[in-house]
Amino acid sequence: MSEILLQIDGKAVKAVAGMTVLQAARAAGIAIPTLCDHPDLEPYGVCRICTVEVEVRGRKNDVVSCLYPVARDLVVRTRSEKIDKIRRVILEELLAHAPNAPDLVALAQEYGADRDRFAKEPSFCILCGLCVRYCAEVKQKNAVGFIERGVRREISFIPEIAEQECWDCQECFAICPTSAAQAAYFLTEALAFPGKRKAHAHDVSR
Amino acid sequence: MPKLHSAAELEQLRADILASRDAAKPCIAICAGAACHGLDSLRLVSAFEEEISKHDLGAKLDIRATGCHGFCERGPNVVIGPSNICYFEVKPDDVADIVTHTVNGEVLGRLVYTDPATGQKAIHLDEVPFYKQQTRLLIGDNIKIDPLRIEDYLALGGYAALSKALFAMSPDQVVDEVKKSNLRGRGGGGFPAGLKWETAKNAPSEDRYVIVNGHEGEPGAFMDRALFTGNPHKVLEGLIIGAYAIGAHQGFIYTRHDSPQLISHIERALVQAEDYGLLGGDILGSGFRFTVELHFDVGIFVSGESSALMHSIEGHPPEPRPKYIRTSVAGIWDKPSNLNNVETWANVPQIISRGADWYAGIGTERSKGTKLVSLSGHVANSGVVEVPMGTPLRTIVYDIGGGVAGGKPLKAVHLGGPMGGSIPQQLIDTPLDFDELAKLGAPIGAGGLIVMNEETDMVEVARYLLEYLTNESCGKCVPCREGLRQMLKILTDITSGKGKSGDIAQLEDLSDVTGAACLCALGKTAPDPLHSMFRYFKDEYEARIAAGSAAK
Repeated sequence: MSEILLQIDGKAVKAVAGMTVLQAARAAGIAIPTLCDHPDLEPYGVCRICTVEVEVRGRKNDVVSCLYPVARDLVVRTRSEKIDKIRRVILEELLAHAPNAPDLVALAQEYGADRDRFAKEPSFCILCGLCVRYCAEVKQKNAVGFIERGVRREISFIPEIAEQECWDCQECFAICPTSAAQAAYFLTEALAFPGKRKAHAHDVSR
Repeated sequence: MPKLHSAAELEQLRADILASRDAAKPCIAICAGAACHGLDSLRLVSAFEEEISKHDLGAKLDIRATGCHGFCERGPNVVIGPSNICYFEVKPDDVADIVTHTVNGEVLGRLVYTDPATGQKAIHLDEVPFYKQQTRLLIGDNIKIDPLRIEDYLALGGYAALSKALFAMSPDQVVDEVKKSNLRGRGGGGFPAGLKWETAKNAPSEDRYVIVNGHEGEPGAFMDRALFTGNPHKVLEGLIIGAYAIGAHQGFIYTRHDSPQLISHIERALVQAEDYGLLGGDILGSGFRFTVELHFDVGIFVSGESSALMHSIEGHPPEPRPKYIRTSVAGIWDKPSNLNNVETWANVPQIISRGADWYAGIGTERSKGTKLVSLSGHVANSGVVEVPMGTPLRTIVYDIGGGVAGGKPLKAVHLGGPMGGSIPQQLIDTPLDFDELAKLGAPIGAGGLIVMNEETDMVEVARYLLEYLTNESCGKCVPCREGLRQMLKILTDITSGKGKSGDIAQLEDLSDVTGAACLCALGKTAPDPLHSMFRYFKDEYEARIAAGSAAK
């Protein structure tokens, strides 16, 4: 594997071909905030909070560090007025849906995001897709997926799969930044197979 | 149908087709393009068929149901060849008259074009003001072709460019010719097609793909389906030439699931091309193999975005991915995938047969060839227009389009679809040119041109476009989904008299982030209409907000 030298926030950073800017930064101890990133999952690039500025041959561009591949002599800036503004507005947009999510609240403080900038629409889910991708990529069950599109997009448990697979897993609850996955699951359970989980759990003969 | 095994056999077939036809025999071409079809032009077709069989005139007259003629405003359109006498707004009751006059070699005066201003009549196609100033290199053949008959395309020289490419040019020479022609992508980006081909050709891989993007999802754009439905083989020939140049053996046509006529014409074209040996294992005996699969969209605008389209072909939801690695290098199943729009592919055969120099002689310095334009909105003559690049917008709107409907003053024209921009009437002399229009914030885009009269509410225009995009976004990334949601709320407030001071600053702040941070071009350019509004019509926004505040 060839070693690549790049520059992040003025610091010379060594990386290996195939790494992303986010991985290279973390390896060098440089923090970049993320919301949809998870060590066990493929990078997804949708929260856009890890946006950084890269400069290639004098041309500057805003890219998401979780997907942008490292390259020789790449110059990366993880903070700037523009980058901070992108992060601040994204946080404000998400806080309208999940005003008390700890990760968001902590980042809001760092970036000066106003929790009350936009009218609240408390869906709690920020559509980071961690539950959906964890269930698909790690558990390979696809018990939860996205439905609808645009502003109507939401996560939804598929009752037929959830009834079979979820009761002794529920690992997505812990990785959900807002507890919305948990809420969505129990709503599905209550609607589609109420009481089934309990009966199942107590059935020691299985 | 005989399979063709060589260039000579193709030319022999063409000679046989031409010999079996009498070029002087009148032919009644009835437009069955989307707009005329909607006006029940198929009833006209059967009325003509009945009339001709009733009087046993089959030896004296041919009839042909064709694709879009262009002048949608005056449909159903009928053109009588070979001299191209144009009849407009033809009804089944007119059929007997048309047949009698045609057989007698006369013109039916009451159905020819009459200029609404001067009362002057125009009989032939090249005299009708709508057509007179056009250069119809791509769409012009529509009147001469029954889209269900490959023989009509062959009679006009069809597939000769493919034969030339296969037998007289190397793949590299084909790529060079397209590069030299300076053909730029017609789908909206204006990226040089030859460069894209070269990238896909040189990307290391066993397999590579070529794709026709026939999604055409934006409101106000209807030229691609007019061309593709009316002349499917032109697009297919371009695609096969591209496949040969790039070294692809598999192609995809991605198009609308909701246009049955378009679908049946493409399906028929694929079958006919394969029957003749123009597709499949050993094309024209050259040893080159290439097959094409037809795929349908899932009814969402963003599926026309190249990476979303490729996801869709793979069987996934049509959601874009970041293109830090180009799709021409890693597209469908991570293989090099060269995607071009319908109109781009349709330009290829003429570039190969007439040469890059000829092609580059049309247009402006950096925008070559002709451009199809869907002309609609408050314009007297809506329809599909084809003009050389560089044609002033004034020519399109006034000379071809007949000006604003009802003689009202022009306020603005909108170009580039829902992520395009509106420019005020003072800029109407701007040439139709990728770069000139992009500079003004109203990119050519795919070619939709919407005329707006002085009564148009520019706040409502932006609100409408944002509402459209909010519904058509895939919803995957935050600054698109959430940014558009918040911008739409503010615009809805302004249009409903609830605007507040500071709204414009809020919109600018949100659009900065959406424009910079979105995952795909839909999101990144979604605020563009708004930018053009603030550039040219800010007064109107301020006045609406002030009026809203005052009303409280």
